[in-house]
Amino acid sequence: MAVETARTEYWRWTESRWTSPDIDWRNGGVISGGVDVGSVSTQAVVMVDGKLYCYSNMRTGSDSPESANQAMAWALDGTGLTIDKLHATVGTGYGRVNVPFATKAITEIACHARGGNFMYGPSVRTILDMGGQDCKAIQCDEKGKVVSFLMNDKCAAGTGRGMEVFADLLGVHITEVGQLSLKVETEPPPVSSTCVVFAKSEASGLLRQGWAKERVLAAYCSAMAHRVGTLLERIGVIKEFAITGGIAKNPGVVNRLAKELNIQPLTTTMDSQIAGAIGAALFAKALHEKKGRS
Amino acid sequence: MITAGIDCGAKNVRAVILMDGRVAGKASVPAGMDAASGAEKAFDAALKEAGIARTDVSKIVSTGAGKNEPRFTNDVVTEVGADARGIHQLYPEVRTVIDVGAEEGRAIRLDARGKVVDFAINEKCAAGAGAFTEAMARALEVPLEELGALSLASTQAIPMNAQCTVFAESEVVSLVHRKTPKPDMARAIHDAIADRIASMARRVGIEEKVALIGGVSRNVGFVKSLRDELGIEIILHTDPEFVGAIGAAVVATDQ
Amino acid sequence: MLANYGYKDGSGEFFIVVDTDKCDGCGACVPACPAGVFELVENQYDIDAENPIAAVTKEHSKKLKYSCGPCKPASGYDKAGMACVKSCETRAIEHSW
Ligand code: SF4
Ligand code: SF4
Repeated sequence: MAVETARTEYWRWTESRWTSPDIDWRNGGVISGGVDVGSVSTQAVVMVDGKLYCYSNMRTGSDSPESANQAMAWALDGTGLTIDKLHATVGTGYGRVNVPFATKAITEIACHARGGNFMYGPSVRTILDMGGQDCKAIQCDEKGKVVSFLMNDKCAAGTGRGMEVFADLLGVHITEVGQLSLKVETEPPPVSSTCVVFAKSEASGLLRQGWAKERVLAAYCSAMAHRVGTLLERIGVIKEFAITGGIAKNPGVVNRLAKELNIQPLTTTMDSQIAGAIGAALFAKALHEKKGRS
Repeated sequence: MITAGIDCGAKNVRAVILMDGRVAGKASVPAGMDAASGAEKAFDAALKEAGIARTDVSKIVSTGAGKNEPRFTNDVVTEVGADARGIHQLYPEVRTVIDVGAEEGRAIRLDARGKVVDFAINEKCAAGAGAFTEAMARALEVPLEELGALSLASTQAIPMNAQCTVFAESEVVSLVHRKTPKPDMARAIHDAIADRIASMARRVGIEEKVALIGGVSRNVGFVKSLRDELGIEIILHTDPEFVGAIGAAVVATDQ
Repeated sequence: MLANYGYKDGSGEFFIVVDTDKCDGCGACVPACPAGVFELVENQYDIDAENPIAAVTKEHSKKLKYSCGPCKPASGYDKAGMACVKSCETRAIEHSW
């Protein structure tokens, strides 16, 4: 897949957009949209008859409605499609009620399960989404229906925000944290404090003791892997297992988590951050069809 | 009888020399990287203030998170035990003591004889302790010592949504961008932590008189927010951060 | 479906679990809880569902340990005796701590 990238910022993930080379929306039937307005990034997805047509993933601005508009405009850029041609759109994520052109708002848990099912196939039972400011663990059935879930958006530990604090502390770009942390020869013991504030003072202490950056990062990545591992225990980890969200792009956490759980997560060629928006677009299609029937 | 109490806290080590029930010397030094050497320093400084030598002290008891670090002490007592003994010695009428330190908050209920009936602890989450106000002062770019006085000048209560120190930092930064008056933000910070400390205290069943101890009780803004939240009078000792060390020194007088 | 509302932070794990297969949307827990922890919401997990379901409000899900403090005295408590658990006839509400 050809993924265009644009605009990077020091501690954010790279923004991206993509259009399917094989689909022409003019030949399609139902055109549905999904927008996931997160606290850090916003994704917009358009599907044609339930097939992924185009998407964008960009930083959330200070204004949610504006971010939703921009993300959708960028996703549609160059396709000839316009927002008013979408048959139905569902908003999800923390800013879901602020999507001006949405037909309905649906919780991110339901959308993630549905989107995860689409991206990773019906064998997915456990989805872990590590977002910028929250962490969700979802167990779903073969149709992408939620069986159990938990969402932690209270504590920064185990979220992208926690990782950013460390990236900032060490002056390492967030996209490089994972690779760098894997450069250690022997695995250091994990940072013992769960709390990001206390973990940060622990890390400063380690740096003063002369620890190399990658060693400190390794200690934090494994602490984070352990933390999400124990969170997952609440809902149970059943095969197949997939990780979505920004942290899915951090091999330092993903590899250590896979080892801790003894399960290899499924991979995808799509942007791991668009699961919620895909689920939203699938819900939009279902809603549109339901309306047509009644 | 001369005894000593050493409180090895997360941020500071405090030493107290107790001579026949009276505080003859006290000292506080930053804990630094090594609690053991901090304890030595604090102990020596307290001895100096009391004008006595180590050999004059018949028993030394330590408490606090690092209570097992110093080598020269004779015994240890839990933080809850030390707080209870200390407050009962100073204010026998107190039934509930709330201790807010840099990394931990505690609420303890005592009976008329000073025995611990119940206690609750907030630990390992910076949002429930002094580390929260420290981080918020940094985000507001106000020295920690001024944060309390600043919040007394607030004219309106604004809510704070984040319950995590890290997320609260971002919230404060965005409030700053929106030009929210600093006194109101300072108050929001103290209201938020007072709310958490109060609900922890409610778990032990608040019974008057209530005393507030620990380093964070130096913060007048926090004290006001806690008073407002609990709606009762709160006793404040002149040296609220030394009560744990005093308690340890009192424990040392036991046979 | 088992909906886990709450969080895990440095100090522990604090979750209220609502079993949406048991919850019939009667709403008894809403006034029963002295802290106002519950609300009734549309069941978005099942597109065909007609009943609303009980959920923990966004605000409380980030401070459950504190919201439920008064119901959970430090001296000990019986989970089955808490107002929310007692109010629910179908036994859809459980606490993790
Ligand atoms: S443990 Fe630390 S990171 Fe987690 S909520 Fe508390 S303050 Fe935030
Ligand atoms: S334990 Fe008490 S405060 Fe908590 S949800 Fe139940 S009734 Fe409400």
